[in-house]
Amino acid sequence: MDVARFLQYIASGTAYTVGVTLIALPSGLLLGTLLALLNVYSGKVSKWLTSLYSTVMRGIPPIVLLFILYFIVSGSINLSPFLAGSISLGIVSSAYQMEIIRGAILSVSGGQMMAARAIGMSKRQAIRNVILPQTLRLAIPPWSNEAAIVIKDSSLVYALGVPEILRRAPLISASTQEPFLAYAAAAAIYFILVFITSRVLDRLEIRLRIPANP
Amino acid sequence: MAKPILTIKNLTKKYGENAVFHNIDLTVNEGDTIVIIGPSGTGKSTLLRCVNLLTYANEGQIWLDDMEITAKECDEDRVRQHIGMVFQNFLLFNHLTALDNVMLGLTKVKRMKADAAKEKAMHELNRVGLADRADHYPGQLSGGQQQRVAIARALAMDPRIMLFDEPTSALDPELIGEVLEVMRKLALEGMTMLVVTHEMGFAREVADRIVFLEKGSIVEQGSPDELFYHPKNERTREFLWKITELYGKKEEGK
Repeated sequence: MDVARFLQYIASGTAYTVGVTLIALPSGLLLGTLLALLNVYSGKVSKWLTSLYSTVMRGIPPIVLLFILYFIVSGSINLSPFLAGSISLGIVSSAYQMEIIRGAILSVSGGQMMAARAIGMSKRQAIRNVILPQTLRLAIPPWSNEAAIVIKDSSLVYALGVPEILRRAPLISASTQEPFLAYAAAAAIYFILVFITSRVLDRLEIRLRIPANP
Repeated sequence: MAKPILTIKNLTKKYGENAVFHNIDLTVNEGDTIVIIGPSGTGKSTLLRCVNLLTYANEGQIWLDDMEITAKECDEDRVRQHIGMVFQNFLLFNHLTALDNVMLGLTKVKRMKADAAKEKAMHELNRVGLADRADHYPGQLSGGQQQRVAIARALAMDPRIMLFDEPTSALDPELIGEVLEVMRKLALEGMTMLVVTHEMGFAREVADRIVFLEKGSIVEQGSPDELFYHPKNERTREFLWKITELYGKKEEGK
């Protein structure tokens, strides 16, 4: 295998990894936020149900869940392994993201909700205009951690046959007889992706920080 | 004949078996400033929250003008628009500037256009003397300034009545004056106000009527002169004597 083809092969594997992450993270965030709001603001039954969801999902290894969800998702709709795997990974992540958002909601004081209701806002308006803008800011640092986990866990879709980085490593290793280099390249790519992501999120956190006197 | 803005009849609030207050009757007429005083834990704040429907009374009724707001079919979000509330710990929206804090209710609740809302919000900030702080975030303002922004935020909704829940209790002594000054001005302009406070100087000077609440019921109410100089009830006399001694010294020192 010549160098150009080798690089191209790795690049397209990286594209899969990035693609899986770009689907899994936002869908997990959306679902997680929804679940967190249900947990905090929607009465006893939804609190109980969402807590149960979170406990069960977080108590099972992601790879096991991924297989189960993959067969459920791909069994009910006809999706490529890439899409089904990405969505499943998003669902796995939603339980963790729910806890991140829930913690952030709880640390925005209950007074903020009360003040919003006091000027005549509905609960929905208050959540949208007062609670979420503050919550999401607070959630950036712990969310950055979850983003790193999801990037790395995207390697799990390897098991579903998606040709992302990790799946390509053994093939390269076999054709080049350089197993260390092949896996080291995979490791480096994951590291770079995680590194860039956490840097970007750090910047975002600083940019969105609410001005205050020291 | 003064027109009642707020009428409270036979109001009772319980947490489990414990009554926070019981059988409260209170009328606030248009343009009046009523000050509620009393020891802590006697349900003063809870009473204000019941009036604003932020919590619910177990028994009794409340009317705002002619509308019974404790009625089941009442739209509580709509009611709250017409009742301004100022909290002890300000509760400004931390992620918004002073201007945006005042504007939010106008654009989201009253659905005003941004331009008109901004103009109105600036007018209200001006009223509390903070037009020059419009771009500041709550974290960049002193406690007194935050509380004045909170007052402007409530005023912007053009409420029928303003409720103040110990508006100066969380402030450093040197910041209390600026908030009381704004409230004094509002009272003079004819705003209807129901104020829970320990500021006896304010009560004596501004209140049309002082209500002494203890252990969940109204012990005595009357004009400042009646309560301060001719209290009918021994407990009223005792409480006022204590609190005037405590806070009065501070006032003399100002």
